[in-house]
Amino acid sequence: MAKEIPLVWLAASGCTGCSISLLNSASPSIKNLLVDEVIPGVHINLRFHQTIMAGSGEQVIKALEDTAREKKGGYVLAVDGAIPAGDKAIYCVMGERGDKPVTMEARLEELARDALAVLAVGTCASFGGIPAAEPNPSGAQPVKQVLEAKGIKTPLINIPGCPPHPDWFVGTVASILLNGLPKAEDLDDNLRPLAFYGKLIHENCPRRAYFDEGKFAKKYGDEGCLYELGCKGPITYADCPTRRWNNGTNWVIGAGAPCQGCTQPEFPNLPCYQKLVDVELPVIGAYWTGEKEEK
Amino acid sequence: MARIVIDPITRIEGHLKIETVVEDGVVKETRSTGNLFRGIELILRGRDPRDAQVITQRICGVCPQSHGVAAALNLDSAFGIADKIPDNARIIRNLIQGAHVAQDHILHFYHLAALDYVDVTDVAKYEGKDTELNSVKDFIARGELGPFVPRYEGDYRLPPEVNQQATAHYLQALEIRRIGHEMVSIFSGKIPHSVGIVPGGVTCTPTIDMMTSYLWKLRKIQDFINNVYIPDVLAVAGAYPDYCEIGAGCKNLLSYGAYDLERGGPDYAQRKRLYIPGVTSDDLKPGKLDISRITESVTHSWYENYAGGRHPSQGETKPKHGKDGAYSWVKAPRYNGKVHEVGPLARVAVNYAHGDAVTRGLVDSALAQLKAPPSVLFSVMGRHLARALCAKTVADSLEKWVLEVKPGEPVFFEYTIPEESTGVGLTEAARGALSHWIEIKDQKVANYQCVVPTTWNASPRDENGNPGPIEQAITGTKVKDKDNPFEIVRIVRSFDPCLACAIH
Repeated sequence: MAKEIPLVWLAASGCTGCSISLLNSASPSIKNLLVDEVIPGVHINLRFHQTIMAGSGEQVIKALEDTAREKKGGYVLAVDGAIPAGDKAIYCVMGERGDKPVTMEARLEELARDALAVLAVGTCASFGGIPAAEPNPSGAQPVKQVLEAKGIKTPLINIPGCPPHPDWFVGTVASILLNGLPKAEDLDDNLRPLAFYGKLIHENCPRRAYFDEGKFAKKYGDEGCLYELGCKGPITYADCPTRRWNNGTNWVIGAGAPCQGCTQPEFPNLPCYQKLVDVELPVIGAYWTGEKEEK
Repeated sequence: MARIVIDPITRIEGHLKIETVVEDGVVKETRSTGNLFRGIELILRGRDPRDAQVITQRICGVCPQSHGVAAALNLDSAFGIADKIPDNARIIRNLIQGAHVAQDHILHFYHLAALDYVDVTDVAKYEGKDTELNSVKDFIARGELGPFVPRYEGDYRLPPEVNQQATAHYLQALEIRRIGHEMVSIFSGKIPHSVGIVPGGVTCTPTIDMMTSYLWKLRKIQDFINNVYIPDVLAVAGAYPDYCEIGAGCKNLLSYGAYDLERGGPDYAQRKRLYIPGVTSDDLKPGKLDISRITESVTHSWYENYAGGRHPSQGETKPKHGKDGAYSWVKAPRYNGKVHEVGPLARVAVNYAHGDAVTRGLVDSALAQLKAPPSVLFSVMGRHLARALCAKTVADSLEKWVLEVKPGEPVFFEYTIPEESTGVGLTEAARGALSHWIEIKDQKVANYQCVVPTTWNASPRDENGNPGPIEQAITGTKVKDKDNPFEIVRIVRSFDPCLACAIH
């Protein structure tokens, strides 16, 4: 018999983009992930995901609460979206208990405590992201902040991105199934798996040579580095240039658009289309060493 | 009197509760409650107006592309360049939006709605050689049936072999919709939350190989729509004929139109579009769209009160949870003071009412197969059928448009951000009429308002106490089994609600 790994997925203050991105997983496909033994001998048993599950209402809330009780310490909790907390926790609720709505903050607390691991999927869950952008109208917090406030020590992995590439989620889960939970040295300071977030976009960008020689695009369609159009590649950790998106079809800079830095804690508080200021840039190439003027 | 509360309504986007009062098996009263507030309109204030294209896509990860288009049209109009967008950019925007919408309709029918009608567990009885179906059979044999169980029970009507085939189509549709996203990615970098559509045009440099790759991915989508999706919708409608008669709702329909067919001015309601901007009702008479007649009320929504309904250009968003008489984060948009439904049904009906030949041909032929009059469109199955026909109309148009792209020709018009201005962007998201409104001061966003398809459809009561379209569609419905209220969730899902959109 295959080993069943229960997975519950909470949709907090987000947009479902993380789930739709996961639907785009090409190999394994989403069907391989949920129906087949994704690793021989291991089946992911998706107990709760409100966008795809068949049931509704009380019966699915029961499935959620039963999992927490019956599979104590053995289930994985994935969360997308940030968590409105404190006096604004009421801004995100799901299901009722005794005719009273249950806040997502309370659900997270209940489910995270006894989970094997918590996966914060997407930048909202990892760092606050969109809802927590200034002026944070809903008091939204990242998962980590909520867990710390409640004294919950369950291992947490952040898988940011707006949305994350499906491979980042699938690869992280596969790694847990094959090798167990990641060790501290497998994650960066922001709890991101180094396997996917270990290098700057800028390091592997095909337009990097333009940057080093000081050739900058001034408008869309120009040849050159997109730095002056607001590219966040120099501060953004992710493997988009080599992995590419949508089954390897393309990626942001491939479409001639500046990277928005969506895997970073800064997202989306920096202006999207203005040149980065006050950042340390690599000083390589004739332009940056002052030997040559801008082309 | 019994109370049926369904929270969460699953297989939709987001956080929706439906609460009904049932008397003698009939719904007497319905309340639709949106349960997540983020305040994206407030987050946009003070930002560079161009950021709207990035930030508003994050309103929704299911239909980000439509917000990207609405934001770009809004900014084009505010920047005074709506009539300057190069043809290449207009066409590429249509290609990006159209591919996205076609896959979204497929996703809705198979992955969100189908489990209301299709019994996946019948695959346990499968005896054939299809590898995929046999892997589902193995899955069922292992005994852990999440996410397909639990579910409402007692009203699955398709015979086992049809359930098995429909399950195979469910799996096939996963691949097909993924290919639809690959088409978006060709011109727009990635999806969800793509980057290619910007005020002034698009960012990509189109090439012949991008066009041909797009075309042949599209052919797979078209084949699926013609030979699987539309026949499946007709088959389900045939097996659930009572759902051709329930869930009508308000019967007033509104469409902003979408997919510009030629360069036009900033008044998008006057543009020549594949989907015609307009209004109609169950008489299917054509009506003109006048966007000055749109208002939003917050009387029953968790925002600080203002009198009556307000035009979105003057709209405000001041959250106030717990306000007396309020029960939802969704505002209540109205047109001409009346409740209106938006979505594929509205697009099809408005085009039909305006005499669009392609739409008339498709609708008449589908209704002939169902042996049903046009009134059947105003029902649960009518919405599913209209959605499938929209997928076909858009996909068939993309086939022509992709060959109209001209590599080497301009895709972008340069502009400067005005010190002060206002703008509006109108388009059709998969789920219906989508508008963005902006006020710019000191080159920054002073106010940004979005009136989104599900804001219309899932709205609560307005200042006059009139319930919203979903509320009206449920009220009056007979519920056979209050522990398995299929009727309610089937009606709700026929609207394809998106709550992250509705509230934003």
